[in-house]
Amino acid sequence: MTEEKKERKPQKRSDKSPKKTPMREQPPEERIKNFLEVPFGYTEKEALLEAERCLHCRRPFCVEGCPVEINIPAFISAILDKDYRRGINIIKETNVLPAICGRVCPQENQCEKACVMGRKDGWDPVGIGRLERFLADWEYANGRETPKIAEPTGKKVAVIGSGPAGLVAAADLARYGHKVTLFESLHKGGGVLVYGIPEFRLPKSIVAKELETLEHMGVEIKYDTVIGLTYTIDELFEMGYEAIFIGTGAGLPRYLGIPGENLKGVYFANEFLTRANLMEAYKFPEKADTPINVGKKVITIGAGNVAMDCARTALRLGAEKSMIVYRRSLAEAPAREEEIHHAEEEGVEFHLLTTPLAIMGDKDNNVIGLECQECELGEPDESGRCRPIPIEDACFDLECDTLIIAIGQRPNPLVPRNTPNLKTHRWGGIIVNEETLETSIPGVFAGGDIVSGAATVILAMGAGRKAAKSMHEYLMNKDKKA
Amino acid sequence: MFEIVRKEWLHEVIFLIEVKAPAIARKIKAGNFLVFRAKEGGERIPITVAEYDRKKGTVTCIIQVVGKSTKLLSTFEKGDYIQDVVGPLGKPTEIKKYGLVGIVSGGLGIPLANLVAKELRNAGNEVIGMVGARTKELLVWEEEMSKYCTEMDYCTDDGSFGMKGFTTNLLEKKIKELEKEGKKFDMIFTVGPTIMMKFIAGITKKYGIHTIASLNPIMVDGTGMCGACRVTVGGEIKFACVDGPEFDAHQVDFDELLMRLGQYKKYEKVSYDLYLKECCGGKQK
Ligand SMILES: Cc1cc2nc3c(=O)[nH]c(=O)nc-3n(C[C@H](O)[C@H](O)[C@H](O)COP(=O)(O)OP(=O)(O)OC[C@H]3O[C@@H](n4cnc5c(N)ncnc54)[C@H](O)[C@@H]3O)c2cc1C
Ligand SMILES: Cc1cc2nc3c(=O)[nH]c(=O)nc-3n(C[C@H](O)[C@H](O)[C@H](O)COP(=O)(O)OP(=O)(O)OC[C@H]3O[C@@H](n4cnc5c(N)ncnc54)[C@H](O)[C@@H]3O)c2cc1C
Ligand code: SF4
Ligand code: SF4
Ligand code: FES
Repeated sequence: MTEEKKERKPQKRSDKSPKKTPMREQPPEERIKNFLEVPFGYTEKEALLEAERCLHCRRPFCVEGCPVEINIPAFISAILDKDYRRGINIIKETNVLPAICGRVCPQENQCEKACVMGRKDGWDPVGIGRLERFLADWEYANGRETPKIAEPTGKKVAVIGSGPAGLVAAADLARYGHKVTLFESLHKGGGVLVYGIPEFRLPKSIVAKELETLEHMGVEIKYDTVIGLTYTIDELFEMGYEAIFIGTGAGLPRYLGIPGENLKGVYFANEFLTRANLMEAYKFPEKADTPINVGKKVITIGAGNVAMDCARTALRLGAEKSMIVYRRSLAEAPAREEEIHHAEEEGVEFHLLTTPLAIMGDKDNNVIGLECQECELGEPDESGRCRPIPIEDACFDLECDTLIIAIGQRPNPLVPRNTPNLKTHRWGGIIVNEETLETSIPGVFAGGDIVSGAATVILAMGAGRKAAKSMHEYLMNKDKKA
Repeated sequence: MFEIVRKEWLHEVIFLIEVKAPAIARKIKAGNFLVFRAKEGGERIPITVAEYDRKKGTVTCIIQVVGKSTKLLSTFEKGDYIQDVVGPLGKPTEIKKYGLVGIVSGGLGIPLANLVAKELRNAGNEVIGMVGARTKELLVWEEEMSKYCTEMDYCTDDGSFGMKGFTTNLLEKKIKELEKEGKKFDMIFTVGPTIMMKFIAGITKKYGIHTIASLNPIMVDGTGMCGACRVTVGGEIKFACVDGPEFDAHQVDFDELLMRLGQYKKYEKVSYDLYLKECCGGKQK
């Protein structure tokens, strides 16, 4: 490989600055009034400064920390050479959606957690995610190369769901030379990237560009098509698709099972975010027809990325007070560090070690508050996180006029429900062969949240790539056998 | 994009559109519904299919103008394209031989119940239609459903057509008539305004008649993802768009449904008024 030659020799920490180059962002008091992206991204100068911090370790632990094993020191070297095209190509060998991952990956638990620089007290890891974003944004500004496509194989394949898993599977299958049709039930593509994650974290134009690239690669995208209903899996085979990838995600809301969940003003996170993002309710009534109901005081229950997105969206939609209620402490919160930090900066109030007991309504069934109980942390449970134990008699009420339940999603049941031979776990996830991602139906593969349960963008993408590879092998061997 | 191949006004505020949607027309069944989004920026709204033509690949819907989105759709003419049409959504009606079936529908009654009547009849049932509206002019498409009903009874609030009164009166009257002949409904299907269905369910419960209601909660995606359409049935949360929209009427918490339907009233008005101002100089057609 030519890149390797250009890699640098290991360097000494003593020559480096201990702190990450800061990223400029919109000030909190301003950004809560708009939906524009919060961090601005590195300038070239800042990127070079940050790239300079990398030690070019002989054993780059950062790479092991990245679920798709991007050759991180190699792309950092390319930045130092100002050879940004080479840099972005190195990333794209394993990650086809760097502009998205650079923004939403939980870096602090992955590449940056493993980075040697961050292992010493008082030292920050290299800002790998930010550098990744820098290269991706550079590519958007300087022209993207449409990926090379192999000779047509004459095979038709179907990809169901246009979330990160489906996007990557479709792109890879197209590159192998197959004729790909991508089916999406909503009117817009991108899955959680468009209906869930808000504009201020991931501009929708980025997702739109990725979909455009797919179309340039010859992928046909069919929106408004619900597989299981509009067409079943069997019908797709009848239509001539020889292999099928299911990437339908975890879009089914979980609820608490406490009184008051159906009161007026109580949302499941998915509805709240779908109205705000996909249906663009923040433009209501001038430019969008879908309304959203946001009061002055908003409570969000939960502390994952979804909860942070709801709490921060509520502020932007005019809430005067946005509160998070979570039964454990921040150390256990599943949200990305950056999201919690941004939420805190924006004035989101955290009620930690607080468990919800009942949602209270007035005589007209409008939500007016939440009955809570304080908790303390006990022994770790199966998830490895400390179990919250309610403290007797420590009950109190919080007032609100909108309440959002953001405690997680389960796999979307539409495809499994309408595909009799498709085996699933009791909790709804599709069962696959771990090696090939093939399901109980030959020729049908699955990956992303529909297999793993709600996880991350990068894992869903990794699964899409892995499935595309085994689908390609499956398609090529199918002929040999015949 | 979905082409409109026919458009007709059936009443001042009720129109019919026939839309080319072959994939949907192929499989649509009674009880299914569609989601329409008229154009970019538009709302997703659920609409029932009143009739379909599998050969032509079209579905026919009858829509009443009640607010911004239905008003906007009403401006579309033959040859225009609707941005999005999704379906068939929801579970189809359980069609089997029940025996004597009553269909009680109100509001936009006939279009909403037409396919159900047709398929129940084709399955060998005796079907009695009981249809109500505020006034005679709102009883659109009645010649359609009468084709599938052994008997059609009407009522209007103002007595301008059929019996003067409500569908509840009509139903109770029919039940009593049948009683005299020693007969009884084996199943009642009801669709229409929620408040009507609530009272119908009350009556059939009293007489012990199995009743299916087709609910119309507020929906967004229509695919089980958002939870906006949740209703309590038999004490459990159900998503009407994927678990329904038809449920055992005696298990439905109608009061909660009524309460949830009103959630967006103030916004709906803002949206409608703004639209009227922009496109019709503030006047309603
Ligand atoms: C609000 C929110 C914030 C998040 N923030 C982060 C973050 O910061 N970082 C991170 O790494 N992860 C985050 N996640 C998780 C991450 O988005 C998901 O793990 C990831 O999107 C899963 O990808 P997927 O492709 O499996 O499914 P999805 O993104 O869920 O996409 C599935 C797609 O399939 C479509 N579909 C479903 N059923 C059908 C059907 N029957 N027919 C046709 N199409 C169908 C859906 O409409 C959807 O477009 C977040 C999730 C949410 C909800
Ligand atoms: C399964 C189902 C089938 C339906 N079939 C038909 C049909 O065949 N013909 C027809 O004319 N109407 C039908 N409706 C009702 C139709 O969806 C609403 O009239 C329409 O959404 C109103 O939109 P609007 O913007 O014009 O009015 P708005 O001003 O937004 O609303 C007027 C009233 O309509 C109801 N409504 C509003 N938004 C929604 C929504 N997204 N989903 C459901 N109800 C809503 C509310 O009760 C509201 O108060 C059906 C509804 C459901 C749930
Ligand atoms: S994809 Fe995610 S984990 Fe991998 S290098 Fe990029 S930010 Fe880190
Ligand atoms: S571990 Fe950190 S310092 Fe070492 S190569 Fe990776 S990014 Fe550079
Ligand atoms: S409309 Fe969203 S879940 Fe039913």
